[in-house]
Amino acid sequence: MRHACLALLLSLAASLAHAFELEESRRYPAPGSAELRILSTADADVFEPIIEAFQALYPIAITYDVASSAQVMVALYEEGAHYDLAISSAMDLQTKLANDGFAQRYSSDATAALPSWAKWRDRVFAFTQEPAVLVLNAEAFETLEVPTNREGLIALLRDHPDVFGGRIGTYDVRISGAGYLFATQDSRNTESFWRLTEVMGRLGTRLYCCSAEMIDAVARGELALAYNVLGSYARARLPNTPGIVIVEMDDFVSVMLRTALIPQTAQAPEAAGQMIDFLAGLRLRPDLLAATGLPPVVSGAGADESVIRPIRLGPGLLVFLDRLRRDTFLRSWVSSIEQE
Amino acid sequence: MTVARGQSSIRRRLVVQLALVAALLSVAFFFSLRVVAERATEATQDNILAASATSIADALYTDAGVVRVEIPYSALSMLGTVSEDRVFYHVRLDGETLTGYDDLPVPEASGTGRDPRFATYLYRGDTVRAVVVRRALNAAGQVHRVEVVVAQTRLGLAAISARITTTATAIGVVFFLAATALSTFAAQNALAPLSRLAEAVRRRGPRDLRPVTAETPTELTPLVGGLNGFIDRLRAALTRSEDLIVEAAHRVRTPLATVRTQAEMVHLQMEKPENRAALRQMIRAVDESSRSAGQLLDHAMVTLRSDQLETEEIDPGELLRDAVDRLSPTADLKDIAITLDLPDMPLSVQGDTILLQNAVRNILDNAIKYSPADTVITARLVPGDPCRLEIRDQGRGFLPEDVARMPERFSRGSNVGDVVGSGLGLTIVRDVAEAHGGALEIISSSEGSGACVTLVLPCC
Repeated sequence: MRHACLALLLSLAASLAHAFELEESRRYPAPGSAELRILSTADADVFEPIIEAFQALYPIAITYDVASSAQVMVALYEEGAHYDLAISSAMDLQTKLANDGFAQRYSSDATAALPSWAKWRDRVFAFTQEPAVLVLNAEAFETLEVPTNREGLIALLRDHPDVFGGRIGTYDVRISGAGYLFATQDSRNTESFWRLTEVMGRLGTRLYCCSAEMIDAVARGELALAYNVLGSYARARLPNTPGIVIVEMDDFVSVMLRTALIPQTAQAPEAAGQMIDFLAGLRLRPDLLAATGLPPVVSGAGADESVIRPIRLGPGLLVFLDRLRRDTFLRSWVSSIEQE
Repeated sequence: MTVARGQSSIRRRLVVQLALVAALLSVAFFFSLRVVAERATEATQDNILAASATSIADALYTDAGVVRVEIPYSALSMLGTVSEDRVFYHVRLDGETLTGYDDLPVPEASGTGRDPRFATYLYRGDTVRAVVVRRALNAAGQVHRVEVVVAQTRLGLAAISARITTTATAIGVVFFLAATALSTFAAQNALAPLSRLAEAVRRRGPRDLRPVTAETPTELTPLVGGLNGFIDRLRAALTRSEDLIVEAAHRVRTPLATVRTQAEMVHLQMEKPENRAALRQMIRAVDESSRSAGQLLDHAMVTLRSDQLETEEIDPGELLRDAVDRLSPTADLKDIAITLDLPDMPLSVQGDTILLQNAVRNILDNAIKYSPADTVITARLVPGDPCRLEIRDQGRGFLPEDVARMPERFSRGSNVGDVVGSGLGLTIVRDVAEAHGGALEIISSSEGSGACVTLVLPCC
């Protein structure tokens, strides 16, 4: 009886400790006794082929928990949740975790083979590079010229309020980590960002939490275009979604790196290291690339002359996490995008 | 090289001392390089930190009476360009955190002014270098004091420091090895004149008492001077003693000649046989003394002349013939016949006539002295190079155990106690032979009687 009470108390405490919110949790058992707990922002469906391929090589049971990037941060930074691997598309938050001492050092032949821009301090390792693209509805652009840069986009939106009024979508940067990252990088890279935001605000732009929903809306024709959509998701949908067009801007393309790190609280850092090695070698597995639609890190993509700019891992990313800076940015953005 | 091993060696001392100096210099170089390079890298980090903090301070602004800051992207990204170090910042307004890491300590400001202040301390498990930049800001009529702290870990610095240490070590070791090799070479070079001098002194013959004239560096001049002075004194002492012997021999011989003449005259007048016998013994003793004095004289002369040979071309056959002619009367007294066996062809020897005559005469004299009466002595010249002047007698010969020591000074055969002798004869022969690059050979004939003494001379 006492034991039962104690167990109840413990489970209560355990559930209390889970103050961060999980969207989904999947378990992949394995014959071995080892267990790898992954906290990730990537959809479980997207990641499942990788986990299955990994388990074919290593008999390690895997728990795959999905949470938003903000919740990943809450879990690791504030609550010290026990995870062996944190996978997130929010490079800035991953960088902050590593900078503030919440990540373990890891190095291997596989991580050494990564290009230098795809890792930071041997703690944060990128395994995909996902460009932000413009997704268009083909029907809406039947008579219009497809813009190739942001200036062109601004001019197009200004000239055709009839086409685009209420039919533009973009991330709500207040709730989406990836959206905030793209928006802040845009603001850094081009002067036209704020003018574009103004124009989009005047046209009653609709805000979304996720790329998938924006793509769906474009495909249905609700949106004429969606700005700063994760290219990997769009490309994955392209074969069975005939109505959409993907445009990569030629002034610059922000490339988000999906990164993995081993939290300080990890209990199975060796298994986590094996998973990092597996992810770092993703480019060598065309079957997985096809199954997940994830574009792997390819060295040479960071070449200086290219307009494709992988967002640089490093302390610069901490700037937009600064409380005041974020407040200021969000205030400006909100006042630009919400004009009615 | 006669530089003794195991004992103190100038070269070793030179090399060791130079190597020690090189080692000291290498170590000093290593440390100074490290200090300079590390100061430089530290200064670089400080400069970047100060630039970062200053750019944050420059981004301070007031908005409706509220102090705010918009941290520039470059302020933190510039810290990430040099190394992958952790970066922390903290902006304080009137002692309250405005933004950033609120537990990041503010470096102690020792002094006033707007200059950035630096400090090194432990933060979140790593040593960090921190800078604080202070600003005063006027908002709504109120003066606010703002402190901007930027800190960075020093792992990149440690990596650079490790690289510098490796480089400095490599350079120091190479420098030391090169310096040591050069010191060895230099010591070898510096001591070369000493080796040359030692070689020059070693090479000279045992009787070469000329002063050393080899070219020597000034440092060795006192040594050479001392050596030459010593040689001079030695030569003078030797000359004096030779002079003394010559003088002594002369002084003994002349009165002995007088005594002999007188004794012979008295001998003729004596009638009693016992008196005559006594006088004959006396004359004999006088003869031997005179002979010994003569040989002492000859020996001294040989010693003197062999230092500076007055060489000329001599026919060794002539030498033999001359000696036989001279000593035939003496041999006749003992009824000893001397046969001369010379080759038909003329031969020639480079040598000092007086010395060679002396040597041949000594051999022949010995042969006559130790030959019993009514025997034959053979004097033979064997041509060839070297040519051999053999004097063979039928006397008692040498005992085998005596042969080796016979040419020693005052050394006589152990079977000649009954014959008076000085023990100098064969010494003179040997000295002359060696002065001419030849040799003295003594063979005791196998039959147990008779000896063969050969003067071997280079011949052409």
